[in-house]
Amino acid sequence: MAITREEVLHVARLARLELSEEEVERFRGQLSAILEAVSKVSELDLSGVPPTAHPLEIANAWADDEPRPCLPLDDVFANAPDRDEDFFRTPPA
Amino acid sequence: MTAGIDTLRLTAEEARGLLDRREVSPEELWDAYRAAIDVQNEELNAYLTLVDERAGDGVPIALKDIISTKGIRTTAGSKILGNYVPVFDSTVAANVKAAGLPVLGKTNTDEFAMGSSTENSAYGPTRNPWDTSRVPGGSGGGSAAVVSAGLAPWALGSDTGGSVKLPSAFCGNVGLRPTYGTVSRYGIVAFASSLDQVGPVTKNVRDNAILYGIISGRDENDSTTVDVPPVEVPEPGDLKGVRIGLPRQLNEAEGIEPGVKAAVDVALEKAAALGAELESCELPLSVDYGMACYYLVAPAEASANLARYDGVRYGLRSDGADFREMAMRTRDDGFGDEPKRRIMLGTYALSSGYYDAYYGKAQRVRTVIRREHEELFQRFDVLVSPTCATTAFPVGAKAQDPLAMYLTDLLTIPANMAGLPGMSIPCGLSEGLPVGLQLIGPQFSENLLFRVGAALEAELAFDYVPERLR
Repeated sequence: MAITREEVLHVARLARLELSEEEVERFRGQLSAILEAVSKVSELDLSGVPPTAHPLEIANAWADDEPRPCLPLDDVFANAPDRDEDFFRTPPA
Repeated sequence: MTAGIDTLRLTAEEARGLLDRREVSPEELWDAYRAAIDVQNEELNAYLTLVDERAGDGVPIALKDIISTKGIRTTAGSKILGNYVPVFDSTVAANVKAAGLPVLGKTNTDEFAMGSSTENSAYGPTRNPWDTSRVPGGSGGGSAAVVSAGLAPWALGSDTGGSVKLPSAFCGNVGLRPTYGTVSRYGIVAFASSLDQVGPVTKNVRDNAILYGIISGRDENDSTTVDVPPVEVPEPGDLKGVRIGLPRQLNEAEGIEPGVKAAVDVALEKAAALGAELESCELPLSVDYGMACYYLVAPAEASANLARYDGVRYGLRSDGADFREMAMRTRDDGFGDEPKRRIMLGTYALSSGYYDAYYGKAQRVRTVIRREHEELFQRFDVLVSPTCATTAFPVGAKAQDPLAMYLTDLLTIPANMAGLPGMSIPCGLSEGLPVGLQLIGPQFSENLLFRVGAALEAELAFDYVPERLR
């Protein structure tokens, strides 16, 4: 289950990771080995077996629809790398 | 020792007794742990952040640095959260505060709780108090090391694939991974949300039950939590009528060290002598396919959870000419190798064309694992196995081989995939290192695990103080 250099770069782009050349090569080898190991799941006949997304049988967890105070803005921005009044500031899109 | 307080031996319950009888003051108790930390933390690298102000008059506690603490830096073992100071408390942090337990500090962890040795921390590995050339297990190696070295009477960890059970086994502690949904995940730095669960790390089973009682219960801030049966702090007793299943695939797994098997066998003999009925049983697919299932489901969930680290609202920000470049550089600079690997793996497994073949299949395998366990619990009350095939391994032994590291969790992962509670108790030594015994029960059977654990603990009489520190 060897994955190609192009696939590594494609997945890195999807994941918003800028990898160095050295990382691309290293991850290519490691991810190939890991994917080969996890591909084991395709050995089983799973027809008719429903998926499990969550280990408990909870369907709906209702809460009362009551307004509650939220964090003050200064708290919301306390860890922000950059702030412009009541906005998070980022480089241009 | 400060004021005659031996932090290596003192259990949290005994500490509570000293406070109640006014034999020591809250300040003396706190100072004793601070003194022990001053002596040992540099060598062990178990605490990442220490709290200077004692906030509470109860028994001090340590929290894994994955647990948000208002006003106290919370790094998740990552550079990307190196300066992150939460503005709110996680529910479990609020619970321990409400119980009057002052937080001593935040303990080291593999980055984002991804790892089995604490070597993936951006802040350096934690050392095992039994042998400082060895790892304490992971991801919660810091919490296990502080309890075992007497730097905290008890601690909280979090367990996704085995991150409470494994370090507890490697450090000679009692560690509980509770039933999924019994402890709130609100304010826990998210790794894999359908698996993450906070649990207590303690010196004995009674402390574990007491701490589980403090942190468990339904929380309106986490819609996956449920009402929890009242916690019963156990008295050691017999095990008459308890049906113990010994899954062959867990107990005869490849690579189980002879010393581990010998220690587990002794525990099983004690269980039989206490009146338990022991019988071999099968988990035909859960162990064989558990690893593959876990390493698709957990990275898939992680790749989504870790998308939030984009340099905008909190955490590290690297320079970039536009938003996209800034976000990509931030993530490359801020994440270490293991989160990157898992983000890549999870993104791949969820990507167009591969979703059904990987993530979709893994979710179905998860159903198979759940059903196999449900079937066994119609005949058995508890399943028992080693927690890990080996004892603590040397620092560096698996650091270059991600797959070898992943296999460390082979025996803890199946029960986690099924959402079942599991407890590791120490059952002896192998070449001077602790061996963990894993007890697995059906969902919400924590009281039974405490009862069985307490009965075995009394018979095994394991000395939880590391030999080199006695």
